[in-house]
Amino acid sequence: MKGESWGRYPKVSQQVRMLEKRQQNPFRSKEELYLPYGQGRSYGDCCLNDGGVLIGTRWLDSFIEFDRDQGVLRCEAGVTLAQVLELVLPAGWFLPVTPGTKFVSVGGALANDVHGKNHHGSGTFGCFVRRFELLRSTGERLICSDRENAALFSATIGGLGLTGLITWVEFSLKRAPGPWIEMESVRFGNLEEFFGLSQESDKEFEYTVAWLDCVSAGANFGRGIFMRGRHVPSEAHPKRSLLGRLSPKVPIDLPSLTLNPLTVRAFNELYYRKQRQRLVKKLVHYDPFFYPLDAVSGWNRIYGSRGFLQFQCVVPSSGNSRPIAQILSTVVENGDASFLAVLKEFGDISSPGMLSFPRRGVTLCLDIPFRGTRTLNLFARLDEMTRDFGGAIYPAKDATMSAESFQQYFPRWKEVAALKDPRCSSSLWRRVTGLTQS
Amino acid sequence: MNKIVICGATSAIAVEVAREYASRGATLYLVARDGERLSTLASDLKARGASGVHTEVLDLALNEHHQALLARIKDILGAIDALLIAYGVLPDQQRCEEDVEATMQLLQVNTLSVISLLTLFGNEFAKQERGTIAVISSVAADRGRKSNYVYCTSKAALDVFLQGLRNRLFSNGVHVLTIKPGFVDTPMTAHLKKGLLFAEAAEVGRGIVKAIDRKKDVVYLPWFWIIIMAIVRNIPERLFKRMSI
Ligand SMILES: Cc1cc2nc3c(=O)[nH]c(=O)nc-3n(C[C@H](O)[C@H](O)[C@H](O)COP(=O)(O)OP(=O)(O)OC[C@H]3O[C@@H](n4cnc5c(N)ncnc54)[C@H](O)[C@@H]3O)c2cc1C
Ligand SMILES: NC(=O)c1ccc[n+]([C@@H]2O[C@H](COP(=O)([O-])OP(=O)(O)OC[C@H]3O[C@@H](n4cnc5c(N)ncnc54)[C@H](OP(=O)(O)O)[C@@H]3O)[C@@H](O)[C@H]2O)c1
Repeated sequence: MKGESWGRYPKVSQQVRMLEKRQQNPFRSKEELYLPYGQGRSYGDCCLNDGGVLIGTRWLDSFIEFDRDQGVLRCEAGVTLAQVLELVLPAGWFLPVTPGTKFVSVGGALANDVHGKNHHGSGTFGCFVRRFELLRSTGERLICSDRENAALFSATIGGLGLTGLITWVEFSLKRAPGPWIEMESVRFGNLEEFFGLSQESDKEFEYTVAWLDCVSAGANFGRGIFMRGRHVPSEAHPKRSLLGRLSPKVPIDLPSLTLNPLTVRAFNELYYRKQRQRLVKKLVHYDPFFYPLDAVSGWNRIYGSRGFLQFQCVVPSSGNSRPIAQILSTVVENGDASFLAVLKEFGDISSPGMLSFPRRGVTLCLDIPFRGTRTLNLFARLDEMTRDFGGAIYPAKDATMSAESFQQYFPRWKEVAALKDPRCSSSLWRRVTGLTQS
Repeated sequence: MNKIVICGATSAIAVEVAREYASRGATLYLVARDGERLSTLASDLKARGASGVHTEVLDLALNEHHQALLARIKDILGAIDALLIAYGVLPDQQRCEEDVEATMQLLQVNTLSVISLLTLFGNEFAKQERGTIAVISSVAADRGRKSNYVYCTSKAALDVFLQGLRNRLFSNGVHVLTIKPGFVDTPMTAHLKKGLLFAEAAEVGRGIVKAIDRKKDVVYLPWFWIIIMAIVRNIPERLFKRMSI
């Protein structure tokens, strides 16, 4: 069966087998290579298994235990963050960490050790995982925590599904007074201003992130809008936005012309101009604050069937804007406009995960339509630059980094290789370890 | 509405109905064949706020178990606010054409055993003089077609039985609901290619609870199937017999 990830590049051929209950053992054959699969919201090939079998976890969607007083949830790995929010928010709790979409599974969040707008103060999702069950291809079921099977615990957090199937996860939640976020957006004119805002805001706001205009050169180079927010109690009544009420869908692949440098330039210009004052303060619902893209389901189809690549790196920053400026100008000069560019400073809370991506520095995230060799060349160049800056690329968003780069970015990869389940593998793993078998 | 009985509780659609009631704090009595999935469901419902969850592992196709089942349920719940019958199977049409025994078995599961339950519970509800009996039929019941007419038959028989039961129990103040889902993305349809017409089980589950709340007689889920099926029902037989749908 043909398969693709959220970015729709690359295309592979693989089978999907759905698990109907967590007691079932999906590792049936000694010949096949398996990869657990959540909601397929990863962009590159970490959730693809060319020539192999995906173990679908979508139906493992039951809660197991919810401690409403302590804020601890145990649920099956296929439960989505959206389902978690529906359960826990009315009880006064929120996700400790959330990525930019709520349509990911808890298992996927763990296996990519996802980060969010609160990384500077809270770290990654893996920091909140208390324990989980890991089903190995031998049929053995191991409870992993920082005390029990500790090595497998660390290898599985950010472990890209390679250590076995996570059947359930227990993690802690954070308190929240309700669905409302007090949000401020601040316009900035260049990257120096971004770093200034970021230093100042990270002290006072739980959540920070910036949108970056990555089309404009010259005087407008590096301008953008900084967004910061915090949970606040409010009696306001949820009023869903027009977009939320309509919940539009992109039902078909749009012709790849839709997103061309002209439309993207216009979008960037409008987005920046939309905000007239330097600082705007509003009360917003958590949905548009955390998940603006979730409002249009299937938005990845606007890139057409050739798909797109996402580039996300982290580079050391300490207030230095040079690496980001160089990466950005490489993209702009190549004529590859990004529709969406996001910039955020990570903090230094370390995760238990051996392959965890976030680390102190600044992370930049770009979407670039796939246009063949020209795009691949650009990505090779960006990979090289990231390596020279001493940074790293996020496997959850990657389809192109070289084996050499991966091994430099993730020096503990050999420890994971040693703990990996021999029957698990992925397209990404074979690419970045240079191994053809497993 | 707080005492709910579900027969075939591990069906993906039924699970969503159960979840909806659990979050309202209901007490549920769940019957299904697979003990492991049943206990997974029970803890899920408790986490969501169900006041109580009782489970029973039973092959519902066997009519001889039904009387005792009803007795146990009455023992534990007392009165019943709603009964949902959700179980059913989608047979391999070709096998049914080749093997009459396969057809008879399918009718036993989808139709005869359901009629047995409906007769027993119907009498109980008549005595209670209140409550809802809801049964999952299918849009397939609206017209027999070559690709799955054995399944169509099994559900169409239920539709007619339910019409009669609704008519009979109306004077007792009992509500009878016929549920007709279109294509739903569940393990039953795992082998089919998913097109735009497929709905999520959660959406259908919410639709069922709403139809019970509103005391509807017949509900198509999602709603647009009422239009599609009106068209399908109205194609003259002399044309329909030539078609491949
Ligand atoms: C719009 C959008 C915004 C995003 N924003 C962010 C962001 O802000 N921060 C961030 O960190 N990420 C972000 N992401 C990426 C996304 O959060 C991750 O890719 C996430 O891991 C996807 O989860 P999934 O359930 O779709 O997993 P999949 O993509 O299906 O799988 C991801 C990995 O997890 C493994 N896996 C899944 N389930 C299991 C299991 N049960 N047991 C073992 N391994 C398993 C898979 O093998 C695979 O390696 C974003 C993605 C999108 C589409
Ligand atoms: N999915 C669709 O597109 C669709 C469309 C229209 C109508 N429907 C109807 O909706 C209902 C629910 O189906 P679903 O889509 O939710 O599929 P499902 O998840 O496969 O559910 C079917 C359920 O029926 C149970 N069952 C079968 N035989 C049984 C028996 N003898 N005793 C007890 N339980 C038995 C199965 O239990 P086991 O797991 O133990 O086998 C399973 O839980 C069915 O009546 C179906 O006909 C479905």
